Amino acid sequence: MDIVVCIKRVPETAETEIKIDSSGRDIVQEGLVFTINEADNYALEEALLIKERVGGTVTVLTMGPKESDDTLRMGLAKGADTAIRLDDPAFVESDGLVTARILASAMKDMKYDLILTGCMASDDWFSLVGPALAEILGILHATMVTKVELEEGKTRVSRELEGGLLEVLDIQLPAVLTIQTGINEPRYASIMGIAKASKKEVAVKGLGDLGLQESEVGKAGSRTRVEKLTLPVQEKMAELIPGTPDEAAGALSAVLKERGLV
Amino acid sequence: MKEIFVLAEHRQGEMRDVTYELLAGGAKLASKIEGKLTAILLGSGVDSFVNDLKKWADKILVVEDDKLKDFNAEAYQRVIVALWQEHKPSLILIPQSGFGVDLAPSLSVELDLPLMTDCFDIDVKDDSLVATRQMYGGKVNADIRFVEAPGYILTVRPASFSAEEAGLSAEVVHVDSPLTEEIAYRKFVDYVEVAVGEVDITQADIVVGVGRGIKEKENLPIVEELADAMGGVLACSRPIVDAGWLSKDRQVGSSGKTVKPKLYVALGISGAFQHTTGMKGAETIVAVNKDPNAPIFGVADYGIVGDLFKVIPALNEKIRGLRES
Repeated sequence: MDIVVCIKRVPETAETEIKIDSSGRDIVQEGLVFTINEADNYALEEALLIKERVGGTVTVLTMGPKESDDTLRMGLAKGADTAIRLDDPAFVESDGLVTARILASAMKDMKYDLILTGCMASDDWFSLVGPALAEILGILHATMVTKVELEEGKTRVSRELEGGLLEVLDIQLPAVLTIQTGINEPRYASIMGIAKASKKEVAVKGLGDLGLQESEVGKAGSRTRVEKLTLPVQEKMAELIPGTPDEAAGALSAVLKERGLV
Repeated sequence: MKEIFVLAEHRQGEMRDVTYELLAGGAKLASKIEGKLTAILLGSGVDSFVNDLKKWADKILVVEDDKLKDFNAEAYQRVIVALWQEHKPSLILIPQSGFGVDLAPSLSVELDLPLMTDCFDIDVKDDSLVATRQMYGGKVNADIRFVEAPGYILTVRPASFSAEEAGLSAEVVHVDSPLTEEIAYRKFVDYVEVAVGEVDITQADIVVGVGRGIKEKENLPIVEELADAMGGVLACSRPIVDAGWLSKDRQVGSSGKTVKPKLYVALGISGAFQHTTGMKGAETIVAVNKDPNAPIFGVADYGIVGDLFKVIPALNEKIRGLRES
């Protein structure tokens, strides 16, 4: 089974204070730590598990700047066979649908039975590139997948719905599955794997290699655009209790006691 | 005439709340652009839904087909494409839900329309559409503008609009299903409920929720001790379940449980929508987080900005002290 995993390098922001830059359309990147998008890491692990079970190849594919090579190499170190990075100055400011088109153009001359990617990127929160990619390629998709079982020519997947309900469905291969976090336990790369991966080549493809026109990609090709970023203004704000941890804990316990909550 | 489509979402024989929210939001928008609001209702045996929706839209387009009994992104897409070609609405609103995210992106590719996902506010300014959504775990809001197109597709986050009935009187139009054969390559099999575990966190008066800020599984005992001191049950946000540190039945949020306790304590939980939607109904909410701008402080009543590993033991000690006195 030949599997392509689409991954993205993103800033870790869950535990970090975010600032908006002077353009007002992006965040300040300085000081942020970049890593593989969390859901993509689960997608990569799922691909590696399938390869270990049934054989085949795993290709990691990304669109992004040179720095993304680190993310691809981590994929190689964990067991992916080949890595491809799509990069061109014209790709900057591509929206979700254009990103899907660029990825699709790279897949035209690739062999795949399954394409896996994360169900959502933690930076843009789009959750659309995977299923859009499937439609462009003319194949099936299932999103927010929490279980993958392979059968002859098809896969039975569980999708996560609201309130802890799962939708089970059968879809024909080839297909794009967008993988939900928690589906498996992503491995860490071994020292040996990292050493080997550092010697492997990352293939880089630009606009011309993909047979795309400048007018189809980037800002020119995108029909949606982030006009302005703002920090949310909270409609209400918690009463923040000041002081040292000890003082704050004391004051909070007193409030809870007064309200009969402890 | 400008027309706005809202896709009615139902599951296992019940209309989803998000449908009414989108219809309420869609009605306001329709009146602003002097357009009409149309509910799209696909299913099998949906007469009672037609009645439910009558006062919420100007028109209900009903497509009945056994093949539409359960949601199927592929079947829904074919039907909506047919309806689009007939009506050419200016805007299609789809819930940002398990069903909606499976449908909207491929639909937008087939119809060649711009798409923006997970919007929580929609407006028309200077004759053009502006959608507002969150990025970076809810820490940033983004205003999105669109290049002019024959129509737009937006998926809309649940609870973005309050479900107020617009008092309309819908014309009900039954449309023949364009589906000719069973869709064999994508087949619905079943719905499966996540098993209930040893504790039911929805029944507790005090729920202590822990999130990514706890960093390591080895740090969980200090949270367990605090929950114990408070007489509450331990719960968590998604990353803790993903990491396998706590079981799924302890997860609070859109894909987990909704809790409405007397007291909810959020420890190291940044407060993304997916979590807060499951706990904002608590009577009193307390949050501890090191990021003063964490969205959790926008839903909490009391907050402490600080290091979990200093605040939790201090709280534990003070509360045990109070209970013993």
